[in-house]
Amino acid sequence: MQLLFYLGKRIGQLIPILLGITVVSFVLIRLVPGDPALQLLGNHYTPQAAALVNHNLGLDRSIPAQYWLFLRHSVVGNLGMSYFYHDAVAHEIAVRFPATIFLIAFAGVLTVLIAVPLGTISALRQGGVVDQGARVFFLVGYALPGFLIGVLLILLFGVKIPIFPIQGYGTGFAGHIGHLFLPAITLAIPFSTVLVRSLRATVIEVLGTDYVTTAKLKGLSWFTVLRRDVLPNSLLPLIVVFGVNLAFLVGGTVIIENVFSIPGLGSLLVSSVSTRDFPVVQALTLFFGVFVLAVNLLTDILHVSLDPRLTLKAV
Amino acid sequence: MVVASPMVTGRSRVIARTQVLVPTFMRGRIALITGTVLLVISAIGCIGAPLFTQYSPTAIDPLNPLLAPFSPGHLLGTDEFGRDLLSRILYGGRYDLAIAFGATSVTMVFGMLVGLFAGHFGRPFGTIAMRFVDLVFAFPFIVLVIAIIAMLGPSLFNLFIALWVASWVSYARIAHGRTVSANGYGYVVAARALGFSRLRIIFRHTLPSVLPACLIFAMVDAVGNVLLGASLGFLGIGIRQPTPEWGSIIAEGQNYILSEWWLSILPGIALVVLGVALSLIGDGLADALRPRDAR
Repeated sequence: MQLLFYLGKRIGQLIPILLGITVVSFVLIRLVPGDPALQLLGNHYTPQAAALVNHNLGLDRSIPAQYWLFLRHSVVGNLGMSYFYHDAVAHEIAVRFPATIFLIAFAGVLTVLIAVPLGTISALRQGGVVDQGARVFFLVGYALPGFLIGVLLILLFGVKIPIFPIQGYGTGFAGHIGHLFLPAITLAIPFSTVLVRSLRATVIEVLGTDYVTTAKLKGLSWFTVLRRDVLPNSLLPLIVVFGVNLAFLVGGTVIIENVFSIPGLGSLLVSSVSTRDFPVVQALTLFFGVFVLAVNLLTDILHVSLDPRLTLKAV
Repeated sequence: MVVASPMVTGRSRVIARTQVLVPTFMRGRIALITGTVLLVISAIGCIGAPLFTQYSPTAIDPLNPLLAPFSPGHLLGTDEFGRDLLSRILYGGRYDLAIAFGATSVTMVFGMLVGLFAGHFGRPFGTIAMRFVDLVFAFPFIVLVIAIIAMLGPSLFNLFIALWVASWVSYARIAHGRTVSANGYGYVVAARALGFSRLRIIFRHTLPSVLPACLIFAMVDAVGNVLLGASLGFLGIGIRQPTPEWGSIIAEGQNYILSEWWLSILPGIALVVLGVALSLIGDGLADALRPRDAR
């Protein structure tokens, strides 16, 4: 019941942002110079046909009326027609979404697998080999653009030692894992730099708290202290860091999907820029915005339900 | 208890621990000096490109395509059109440096001003401004930049516009947070009580506690902007052919990655060096600008 109340409150706070996202997406397409009817009709352009197109798209109405139409259509999933594919944009997005969400989830899992051990060990053995190594690795890792990591991995593991497929999405769960391993690790390396830094700082902070000292004084083994006191308290804030930086990961997929030719939303976005397929770009902007908002809401709920100190009334 | 600021990459602590070897006054400066030296070398190489190479970055030489590095006359070899790779990297770096400084400085100043005024004036102006910041934050940065470029048309100037529109919000958020806390500091309260003008309070009393955080973030942000500019060049959005830009040189070289790998790897190294230089400066600044007792 309390969770429902919290959910309602959070969604209520998100509505203005949600409306803002639709306004930005609506305004974006109006930045395009030129006549949409000309874009759509191409060689078949006649004034009569243009008038019909403008009427069908609602472009002969006032701007607020056009926005209202856009909003009503977006809510029911009508995101317009693609200039290039001559197909509903929503359909294109639905077809390509699974590859992107799989890649994001896979990269997220790999990031946690890299960041949690590295961050914890760096904090426990400050100045040790792992700490120093991780620091150099991440200084360079942060300055390495994702597409360059991708190109290097393709060269190494796709061509020189061909153990991974280097393009496409594969079929079936195992196929997806195999095909998306290199792209996911490419995304995970820069993203884990953020998490390692934050986790290392939190673990150091937790190690200095009274309850850790108490646990040590009770004579518990360091592993028990780590498992029962240090890790639970360090990993909770990591959920928030993960959520806040999620947009970074989502943005990374746009680039990486193109490097590995994965038929996802990112490659759709970039190809739509080249084909000047404005409705697709507009719809994807809207979709990515809403997607990030939804995942942020999920991480918030996860954080609140996992942290016993945060009662739902307080937040 | 040590709590690292999220912006500090932790390099500072390496140096703090080597204090036996490094005199106190040098702490944190090694990163700053190394970074500055790397940046100055890159800047001299790119801005003074005509001094180091006699070739034009776009001059085609069909008789000498795909020469290996250390070929006579071409230190780093040539690409598939016989264009000199060294001159392409040096001239191309001008665009990446322009993105690092041109995009970042504008967003820093604008975002910081918005944050300062929003934090100082509060409701209703500040609240509206910060809600707008939240809105821009809702989009993945790259998606917003690509969308704006898509609508305006790909060009270097439109890339700048897109970066300006999408990235001032981070500074606004940082500056707003610092300003709100500064509002509670004794000297700001005192300045108010003395009836100083709002502008004087903002720029003389609040700005000094806001600027360091923004400056440190600017270095991190500059790395991000350079990488984004190169990524868009790699994807063929933004800077267009045949303009040499590191990202687009890497993309072209990708076709020859099996045999002539240096066509991609050498501009990649240049990109990483610039990125590391800016990161090191950011780390060094973070350490140098921190209040003395917090070190």
